Amino acid sequence: MLTFIRKRSVASLVSLVGLIVLVFFLSRLTGDPTDLYLPIDATDEMRAQFRDIYGLDDPLIVQFGRYVGDLVQLDFGESIRKARPAIDVVLEAFVWTLQLALITMALVTVAAVVVGSLAAFRVGGFFDRVSGIVSLVAASAPDFWIAIVAIVVFAVGLGWLPTSGTGTVWHWILPIAVLFIRPFGLIVQVVRGSMISTLSSAYVKTARAKGVRTRSIIFVHALRNAMLPVITVIGDQAASLLNGAVVIETIFGFPGVGKLMIDSILQRDFTVVLASIIVTALAIFVMNLLIDLAYAALDPRIRN
Amino acid sequence: MPDHLLEVRNLSVEFHTAAGVVKAVRNVSWHVDRGETLAILGESGSGKSVSTAAILDLIDMPPGRITSGEIRFDGRDLLRLGAAERRDINGRRIAMIFQDPLSHLNPVYTVGWQIVETMTAHGQSRARAQAEALRLVTRVGIPDPAAALRKYPHEFSGGQRQRLMIAMALAMKPDVLIADEPTTALDVTVQAEVLALLKELQRETGMGVVIITHDLGVVAEIADRVVVMNSGEIVEAGNTREVYRSPQHPYTRKLIGAAPGKGDMPEPLPRAEPVLKVRDVVKTYGTFAALAGVGFDLMPGETLAVVGESGSGKSTLARILLRLDEPDAGEALWKGRDLFRLPPAELFALRRDLQMVFQDPTQSLNPRMTVFQLISEAWAIHPEILPKARWRARVAELLAQVGLKPEHASRYPHQFSGGQRQRIAIARALALEPELIICDEAVSALDVSVQAQVIELLTKLRREMGIAFIFIAHDLPVVRDFADHVMVMQKGRVVEYGTVRQVFEAPREPYTQALLAAGLDPDPEVQAARRAERVAIRA
Repeated sequence: MLTFIRKRSVASLVSLVGLIVLVFFLSRLTGDPTDLYLPIDATDEMRAQFRDIYGLDDPLIVQFGRYVGDLVQLDFGESIRKARPAIDVVLEAFVWTLQLALITMALVTVAAVVVGSLAAFRVGGFFDRVSGIVSLVAASAPDFWIAIVAIVVFAVGLGWLPTSGTGTVWHWILPIAVLFIRPFGLIVQVVRGSMISTLSSAYVKTARAKGVRTRSIIFVHALRNAMLPVITVIGDQAASLLNGAVVIETIFGFPGVGKLMIDSILQRDFTVVLASIIVTALAIFVMNLLIDLAYAALDPRIRN
Repeated sequence: MPDHLLEVRNLSVEFHTAAGVVKAVRNVSWHVDRGETLAILGESGSGKSVSTAAILDLIDMPPGRITSGEIRFDGRDLLRLGAAERRDINGRRIAMIFQDPLSHLNPVYTVGWQIVETMTAHGQSRARAQAEALRLVTRVGIPDPAAALRKYPHEFSGGQRQRLMIAMALAMKPDVLIADEPTTALDVTVQAEVLALLKELQRETGMGVVIITHDLGVVAEIADRVVVMNSGEIVEAGNTREVYRSPQHPYTRKLIGAAPGKGDMPEPLPRAEPVLKVRDVVKTYGTFAALAGVGFDLMPGETLAVVGESGSGKSTLARILLRLDEPDAGEALWKGRDLFRLPPAELFALRRDLQMVFQDPTQSLNPRMTVFQLISEAWAIHPEILPKARWRARVAELLAQVGLKPEHASRYPHQFSGGQRQRIAIARALALEPELIICDEAVSALDVSVQAQVIELLTKLRREMGIAFIFIAHDLPVVRDFADHVMVMQKGRVVEYGTVRQVFEAPREPYTQALLAAGLDPDPEVQAARRAERVAIRA
């Protein structure tokens, strides 16, 4: 197990280094942040001073060397925009995104597993047909459109929920509801397909011959086996949420890492962009590890 | 008339499929009494498993539909009971074990959990169930039973898994045990042990046993009475010995006639310069020695049977000879040239001479290719054999040679039966005009009557075309009628090599003797004699 984690870590580290190099140099192509931060009437002297403070005058390779040198000491640099350590800014936003992703995926998983399993139990039945249509619509729905419609209906029209921002429990409902839709549709379909094949498996026949109750056949015998392919999809969907649901966070003014990244790119706040990427990459690495552990926990055949 | 323990009366079941209504069984009636063993004998598609599936409410409805009949048990008709009552009978009063215990045991739960579940599902306390599970696993002869309960199905051998299935089925001391092909996937020696265990347990508990099988040997070994099924109907029923001695129905006669190992043994081939000399082949996977120095000679046109149980290395040998896997050491001289050291270009050319026919034609034939494409593909790879203009005619010829029709060329593999598919695989091997065909368990998955036909075909091809065969099998009787030499393998080594007559009539090695003794003869009296012998040896 430890060797497995070590191997994984090395592979992930290599891709992380590649990612940092790529983002560092590409982001500099967007131009010099000086113009964005100083007033139009700033003197050349002030501009030179600004560049000097942030080391923007040095050749790129020197800037990169300095960045990496600081990074190994866990110094992610200063945010130009916020005038605070970049990592503090990023972690603050990441905690918001993490909460949003965890709550959404937990709800998605429970709902999709129950609906998908019941649909698979009577293939072609009424419940299966309804859930088939619902999941198809959900999986293909454009979430930015749903977000805007939801704001118009529930926030502006009915006035039940706030339009954007954070503060109360009510602020969470719309973002979670909108983010829920697509992964739910997708995972219902995967659960259903996987359950159909496990329910027709030989060991389910054995369980029926043993006189095991139907509920236990579905949720004990079949579900655990059916979850194996589902876990991969859950991980995939969770990863895209951890990366920051850029569009949804922007529409709902949710202070997560996705919104932060977009703002930082637009403002050429390079240190924050890089720190966001490193933090989300680490989060996705940890999550993939958890997925692998979940696999091993569910299936004894791959433990060794 | 007194009630039987379990009785099926005039049962008819049909399945509604896209292709129309399939009448799986028609007016089937049989019964089993306490302490008695009934065998339901039939080939694939005969409907032999359908009536037992109906007993345990395992038929999915739809597409299945029971159109007539009743199932009498305990003075009641099971077909009239509600789902909860049926479930209460399943596993408690009537239990079942299946073929291929690996796929019939849930892979993600421990075997202990699964055995305990049989009892907790019927209201026993977990503590009592756990104690009973330990007793059962000990009884069916699993080593270190306490540890075994915490293990998962994949950690056991095939024979042990079937023993665990038996333990699970017997947990509630059922009145009837239904066993569906319980030993089909097992090695002969393991099969004999599992059947013996079933008999002992039956003697201890007095349960009625219904065994479903395609194997006359299993019937001879274990059954008091037999019903023979063909195309969904019972064609013959009676006392096992009487049915074997004087079969009334032509189908029963055909089945008994097709049982392998009854014909004359072939005369030994005259000595000739070997076309293939294999020496000291070694192959290790990790720490497991699959082949530990195997060697033999093969003469032109000779059939060499390689016989061994699972893990003996026989399939590894085939793969290595075809260079589908690389040996660690050794040589294989094909007409003087070492197959293991040929450069890729020459190996490619040589592939023509060596062909293989695999065990499962369903898997070895690409389902998305027509028979014409399957057979002619080889000529696209080796274009020097045949100009494209002649492909169609040659495919028709080859199909005729293996007993199929030219119009079959445009069909897909799934439109054929298992035996026909294996004929297609043979035609494909013949397309390259090989000098050696390696058959890896090529007839093991086939019904006996089909098996006999395919063996007849191979014998004909060998006589007409002088092709040499290496015929890999786990079963000795199959090779008796047509092999020239037999090589018996065990744990990666050759334990015995000789002509068929030597090996069958005067086996020198204890392992060969054990294999021959464990094989089941279709004649119940021969089987009874062997059983007595085994008991005498043990005593």
